[in-house]
Amino acid sequence: MPGLLDYSIWVLCTLFEAGVVICAARRGVFRRYLALNLYMLASILVSIIRLKILLAYGFGSAEYMYCYYYSDLLLTIGLYCALMTLYVHVFEDLGAEQYVRLGAVLLLLGTAGFSFAIVQQFSTKILSHFVVEVSQNLYFVGLVLTYVLWGAILKLRETRTRLIQLVLALGLYFSLFAASYALRNLYPGSRGVWDYVTPLSGCILPLAWGYAFWQVPEEARTVPAHLVAVPR
Amino acid sequence: MTAAFIFVVSVVIFLQFFVFYCRSLIAVSSKQPLSPEVQEVTGIQRVPSGEDFNRVMQLLHLCPERPEDRKGIQAIGAYFRLLSFVSSTFAQLVPSMKAWMESERGHCTYFAAIALERRISFSRDMLAQQMDS
Repeated sequence: MPGLLDYSIWVLCTLFEAGVVICAARRGVFRRYLALNLYMLASILVSIIRLKILLAYGFGSAEYMYCYYYSDLLLTIGLYCALMTLYVHVFEDLGAEQYVRLGAVLLLLGTAGFSFAIVQQFSTKILSHFVVEVSQNLYFVGLVLTYVLWGAILKLRETRTRLIQLVLALGLYFSLFAASYALRNLYPGSRGVWDYVTPLSGCILPLAWGYAFWQVPEEARTVPAHLVAVPR
Repeated sequence: MTAAFIFVVSVVIFLQFFVFYCRSLIAVSSKQPLSPEVQEVTGIQRVPSGEDFNRVMQLLHLCPERPEDRKGIQAIGAYFRLLSFVSSTFAQLVPSMKAWMESERGHCTYFAAIALERRISFSRDMLAQQMDS
C-alpha cells in the first residue's frame, strides 16, 4: 500500500503537470506545443483514474495492476507522439513532416513486434506481459530517438532555446526511466531508495517543461554547439 | 545482459543530457547583465568564481522564494556539486579540464547571482504592492 510519501510525490507530480499546461496557456504557446500539453492533460486524467481505482479496489488488486500498466502504455505512446512533434518542429524548415510521421509509425510497430516476439518466447500470459514489455522498450526507443533529435539539433544549428530545453528535458526523463526499468529487471526483488527515484523522476519532465514555457521566451536563442563544446 | 547494457547506456546518456540541460539554463542567464548593486552585494566584479557559489546561494536563500526559479536553481546546484566532484577527482589528472571546470563553476555562480537579482526585484515588487494596498 502506498505511504504518505508516495501519495505526496504523486500529488506533487500531478500539480506540476497541471502547472505545465497553465504556464503554456499563460504564455500563449498551448497550441504551438499542443501534443506536449495534451500529454500533460492525459497524464493528469490518468492520475485521477488510477487514484479512483486504487481507492475502490486496493493497491494489490488485479484491477489496479491492469489499470496501471495499460494506462502507462498509453501514456508512453502519448509521450512518443509528443517527441515526434518535437521532431516536426526541428525539421519544419526541411518540409520532412510526412517522413517523420511515417518513420514514427513504422518504429512504433517495429517496437511492438519486437516486444511481442520476446513475450511469446518466454511468457504464457502474453497480453499482460506484452503491455509491460512494449512500455519498457518504448522508453528505450524514446531515449535513442531523443538522442538522435539532439544530434539533429546540433547538426541543423537549431537555436530556439525553448525547443532545445524541451528536448533536453525529455532526454533526461527518458534516460532516467530507461535506467530505472533496466535496474528493476536486473534486481527484480529489490526495494528501497529506487522505489522513490522512479516516481520522483516523473516530476522532472513537468518541472523542466514548465520552466521552459514560463521562464524562457519564444524568441530566446542559444547556440547548441556552445552547450557541447569542451575546451581541450 | 541486455538490461545491464540498457542501464549503462541510459546512465551515460542521462549524464550527458543533464550537463547540456544545465548549460542551456546557464546560457540563458549569461546574456543578462548583473546590476552594480548585486555585483557589490555578491562581490562579483568581473569574472565570477566557483568559490563564490556557496556564498551567493546563502544570500539567495535569505530572499523570499520565487516558485518559478526554484527548479533551475536546484538543477544548477546539482550541476555545481557534480562539477566540484569531478574537479577534485578526475580533473586533477588533466590541467586543461580543471581550468574548464573552474570556468563552468564560475558560470554557475553567475547564474545564482542573476537568480538573486530576480529575487531582490521580486521582493521589492511585493513590498511596493503591500505599501500600495
